[in-house]
Amino acid sequence: MNPTETIREALPADPTALRAAARRVYRHRLPVRLMHWINVVCLTILLMSGLAIFNAHPALYWGDQSTFASPWVAITAVRTPQGVVGVTRIAGRQFVTDGVLGTSKAADGGKAVRAFPSWATLPSLQGLATGRHWHFMFAWLFVVNGVCYVLYALFSGHLRRDLLPTRAELRNIGGSIRDHLLFRHPSGEAAKRYNVLQNIAYLVVIFGLLPLLIIAGMAMSPRLDTVITGWVDLLGGRQSARTLHFLAAAGLLLFVVVHLFEVVVSGLWNQLRSMITGWYTVPAERKGEGA
Amino acid sequence: MTKRIISSGRQVAPSRRQALRAALASVGALSLAGCDGGMKGMASSVKGNVERLNHVVHTALTGRASMAQEFTQADVAAHFKANGTLVPADADYQALLRGQFADWKLQVDGLVEKPAAFTLAELRAMPSRTQITRHDCVEGWSTIGKWKGVPLSHVLAQVRPLPNAKYVVFRCADSMESPSAGHDSKYYESVDMDDAYHVQTVLAYELNDQPLPVNNGAPLRVRIERQLGYKHAKYLMRLELVERFDQIRGGAGGYWEDNGYQWYAGI
Repeated sequence: MNPTETIREALPADPTALRAAARRVYRHRLPVRLMHWINVVCLTILLMSGLAIFNAHPALYWGDQSTFASPWVAITAVRTPQGVVGVTRIAGRQFVTDGVLGTSKAADGGKAVRAFPSWATLPSLQGLATGRHWHFMFAWLFVVNGVCYVLYALFSGHLRRDLLPTRAELRNIGGSIRDHLLFRHPSGEAAKRYNVLQNIAYLVVIFGLLPLLIIAGMAMSPRLDTVITGWVDLLGGRQSARTLHFLAAAGLLLFVVVHLFEVVVSGLWNQLRSMITGWYTVPAERKGEGA
Repeated sequence: MTKRIISSGRQVAPSRRQALRAALASVGALSLAGCDGGMKGMASSVKGNVERLNHVVHTALTGRASMAQEFTQADVAAHFKANGTLVPADADYQALLRGQFADWKLQVDGLVEKPAAFTLAELRAMPSRTQITRHDCVEGWSTIGKWKGVPLSHVLAQVRPLPNAKYVVFRCADSMESPSAGHDSKYYESVDMDDAYHVQTVLAYELNDQPLPVNNGAPLRVRIERQLGYKHAKYLMRLELVERFDQIRGGAGGYWEDNGYQWYAGI
C-alpha cells in the first residue's frame, strides 16, 4: 500500500508523532462501525431483558415439555437454618451461588429471592411483560442489522477480503494460537488484517451461534412453530429450543468477554478509536520478528 | 390519540404491504410519537407497533389456518400443570361448583343474530374434537395434555355472528384480585376471528379423558393453540362478540393485557 494514502492529517513536526501518523490506516469502514455499535446496544438490551424473562421460570429442560421435578438447570433458593440461600443446580449437582444467583441484594438492602440479580436484568425489578417488550423490539433491530451486515459482507467483499482466512493463515494456525497464549499481538503489515483465530471466532459467531440463537428463539413462539407443523422437533422440541437459546446466548456472552479482553490487551484506545472513527494506528514492526 | 385506537381496534388481514407498513410504523413511531405523548407515549406506541409487526409477519409467514403440532398419548404429561387461578373464590362460582355445574350455562351474545345460552350437557352433545397439544406458558414452561371439547366455530354457527363482529371476548368466573375488593377484576380474554374459527380452537370440557378439573378451568375453558397460555381463558361464563374491545375494562383486550402483556401472544 502506498503510505501516503494512509496519512490523514497534516504531518506533525514531532518525529515520533510523524511515524505514528504514517502508520495510521483506515481499518473499519463506516457501515461496519455503525452496525457494530447497533449490535452493542441490541445485545446489551437483549441479554438483560432475556435474563428478566428467564427469571419468570428459572429452569431449563430438554425435550418438548418441562419435567418440573427434574430440570437440568435450575436457579433457586433453599431454606437453611442460616436463612434463605441461593443455589444453582446443573445436571444434578448443586452449587451455592448466594448473593448472585438465586438470591441477591434487594433495593432495601435486604435479600431478594430472584434467579438473576436486578443489576443484570431489564427491567431491574421483576417484570416479565416489560422484559418481553424490550426483547422483541430489539430482536427485530438486531435481526435487521444482522441481515444488513451479512448482505454487506457478501457484496462489499468484506467477507472475502477480511473475514475468510487465507490458506497460508490457516496453515499457520498453530503460530497464531501460540501468539495469543503469549499475548503477543501482530504488528506491522499483519496488524492491518484480522488474524486467523479472529477470523474463525467471527465466522463461528456470525454463521453458527447467531443463526442458532435466532432459530431457537423463533422455535419458542407457538405461532412460528406452525410454519411447518412440527419443525421445532428438529431442535429437539420447544424446551430444548429454550435451552439452546440460553446456551447460545451464553456462548455469545463468552465471545464478548474474550473480545473485550483482546481489545484491552491489544491497545484499548487504538482499538476503540478505530471502531469509532475507522482509523487505526498500526503497531510498529518489532525487531527480530519474522514475517 | 388516534394511534391508541389503531393499535387496539386492529384488523387482521395480513399482506406483505401490511407487514411493510407495520415495520415502517414502528420506525416512524420512534420519531412521531415523541411529539404528542412524550417518552411514555412513545414507548407505548413503539410497543404497540412491534406487537402488530409480530402479528402481521407471523400471520403472513404461517398463514391464517396453520396448525399447531399434535402429539401422541405417550407424550401426555402425568400431571398437567395448572397456573393462575386454581380455585375461584367467587361466591357465584362456588355455588355453581357445589351444584356440579348443573345450573351453569354458557351465555353467547353481543354482535350475533341469535344470542343463546348452552348447558354443559348441550355442549357435550355437540360435535367434538380431541387433540393432544403442548401448552406454552408465557413464563417459559410447556406441558402436554389431551383436550376434548366443542369447536368454537360450531358454537358460533349456532348464534350466527354479525358481519361487524371482529373479536370474541371470553368472560370468566374468577376474580384475579380479592372478590371483596369492590372492583371488577374477573379474568377475561379476547381473540380475533382467525383464531375463533381456527380448527383447533375448542371449548374444552375434558382434560386427559376426565371432566375438566377445577384447577384447569372447570367446567369449560378455551384452547387457543397457536398462542401462549394466558389466552386460554378458564372458568368460562360468557362469550361476547364485539367489533372492538378498547372500551372493555382496561381497553387492552384481557386481564393480563391490561397489566402490560401483549394482546398478540403468538410469541
